[in-house]
Amino acid sequence: MTDSTVDRLAQATPPTLARKVKGLSDRAIAWLFIAPTIFLLLAVNIFPLIWTIRLSFTNYRVNRPNSDVDWVGTRNYERILTDEDTWEKMQATAHFLISTLAIQVLIGFALAYLINKKFKGDALWTTIIVFPMMLSPAVVGNFWTFLYQPQIGLFNTVVGTILGTDPASFSMIGDVHLAPWAIVIVDTWMWTPFVMLICLAGLRSIPESIYEAAECDRASGWRQFWTITIPMVLPFLMLAVLFRGIENFKMFDLVVQLTGGGPGNTTTLTSIDLKREAFERWRTGYASAYAIILFVTVFGLASIYVKALNKVKER
Amino acid sequence: MSYSITDPSPRTKWFAGTLVILYALITLMPLLWIITTGFKSQSEAIAYPPSVLFEPTLEGYVNLFTTQTRVSEADLAANPPETFAEEIAASKGMIIVGPSRFGERFLNSVIIGFGSTFLSVVLGTLAAYAFSRYRVPLKDDLMFFILSTRMMPPIAVAIPIFLMFRTLGLSDTHLGMILLYTAVNLSLSVWLLKGFIDEIPREYEEAALIDGYTRFQAFYKVVLPQAATGIASTAIFCLIFSWNEYAFAVLLTSGNAQTAPPFIPTIIGVGGQDWPAVAAGATIFLVPVMVFTILLRKHLLRGITFGAVRK
Repeated sequence: MTDSTVDRLAQATPPTLARKVKGLSDRAIAWLFIAPTIFLLLAVNIFPLIWTIRLSFTNYRVNRPNSDVDWVGTRNYERILTDEDTWEKMQATAHFLISTLAIQVLIGFALAYLINKKFKGDALWTTIIVFPMMLSPAVVGNFWTFLYQPQIGLFNTVVGTILGTDPASFSMIGDVHLAPWAIVIVDTWMWTPFVMLICLAGLRSIPESIYEAAECDRASGWRQFWTITIPMVLPFLMLAVLFRGIENFKMFDLVVQLTGGGPGNTTTLTSIDLKREAFERWRTGYASAYAIILFVTVFGLASIYVKALNKVKER
Repeated sequence: MSYSITDPSPRTKWFAGTLVILYALITLMPLLWIITTGFKSQSEAIAYPPSVLFEPTLEGYVNLFTTQTRVSEADLAANPPETFAEEIAASKGMIIVGPSRFGERFLNSVIIGFGSTFLSVVLGTLAAYAFSRYRVPLKDDLMFFILSTRMMPPIAVAIPIFLMFRTLGLSDTHLGMILLYTAVNLSLSVWLLKGFIDEIPREYEEAALIDGYTRFQAFYKVVLPQAATGIASTAIFCLIFSWNEYAFAVLLTSGNAQTAPPFIPTIIGVGGQDWPAVAAGATIFLVPVMVFTILLRKHLLRGITFGAVRK
């Protein structure tokens, strides 16, 4: 498949450019330059994906390489989709996804809106706000378990002081009602800057003249906000939601270090569940089917969303 | 810029500034806590209420880099401490018996991080140049294919990669991890670099070709220097990804090629995690990334959106 694609791509290079240069035509150069990238991506992404699809129809187990491998048809898929535990994990994922997106969009947009007021030193403070998102999620998740410790944790102390409660009276990670929010808080701390930066680019892309025209028409500030600012920033905001949505659907490192999926299964996101099936219970075939289901879900949702995004852009 | 009717009033600016600075300070607190905890003693780190003012010690850093063992009073007296590190250990009744594994893990992070960054930037520059300068059929489809590889959950392809690496003898090797991270980073590097190269006027190369340069010469004598800033910032983004990556590292490496992110959370001391040592490790690991962020700030937006937002 590589060859035919690259050949076709090389043939289409216009003849005017295709003069021979020291024995190498432009076609050959294009081929030479693109082939390694395509090859590596096929080897490390597409080939494994096809392999996963194949495994998903078997009962193969990596830890028993010598036992018989049977084709089980779609049984793995049926078992996953009819298992209530799977839906429990889907719900945990949905809760995480929806709350992080909603909170990050609100705070991120608000911050961008404020920074766009161009106060003194705004660039410096923007850089400071951005730091958390560049850090290693696993290291961050691990350290937040320390901040979340009852009594001695910084988070509990600060929140306890503000609310006037005993910092030892609640445990963010140990409590089944608080744990889903514990992961939301850390993700929000890390990733709000991402939404903020994209919104800021959107706000800065609005030409000043539109606001000036609105002033001349005596449109109120409130009206300007809803009829100019929001519609013009919306495509940027939707792009930010797309990126964050895809990333958080895949979420693994931060949460696995922070709560390990517990207490119970309250923070077991689908990717954590998948990791357990594949690398702890070693049910390779079953886990492969699980992986395909997740992959199809994220791709399906993303492509529907991209269509909506394009419609917004066209308006 | 001249004064305009849409410029916010000084009061609005003051109000906006105060709120943003407040948020920034809250955001900084956990970061500062990591850095300061690295300089606390174990008892100070778990003090109640949490101590803000404390006497700094390098105990965390010494614990991070060394392996220690508890010895009897007599043995301790027989081996008087010579370096400051040994003194810190001796004050707890321990002697240093050797280096810890943190050094190796950190070195692995450096080798794998820089190796994969180098490869993904080289391959990415070549592909981006071809995509930018030649009329390629299915260009949009190929570019989308390259981007879509990034949407895949790492765990979804981890099973076959695990099997593949085992067959090829790449499990737990630097080369395997470098190739893997390169493949993951290629989507970013091709997309970003195509944007940067698109912005270099074609006329420069055409002039060079007329002057008798070959295509290759035009590429590395004209295009590469023009794209240097873009290549440098792409490299930093790739490095940050490989530096921070956890899922593949924890699944595919163990003794030999493990990087620091899976290692830092496993640093334990007496009775649980040795928080000062964890914080010390995290600090050493986080500081380079923070420096990079400052260097990158102009291209930050472009990098995190794969070039979708250029500003």
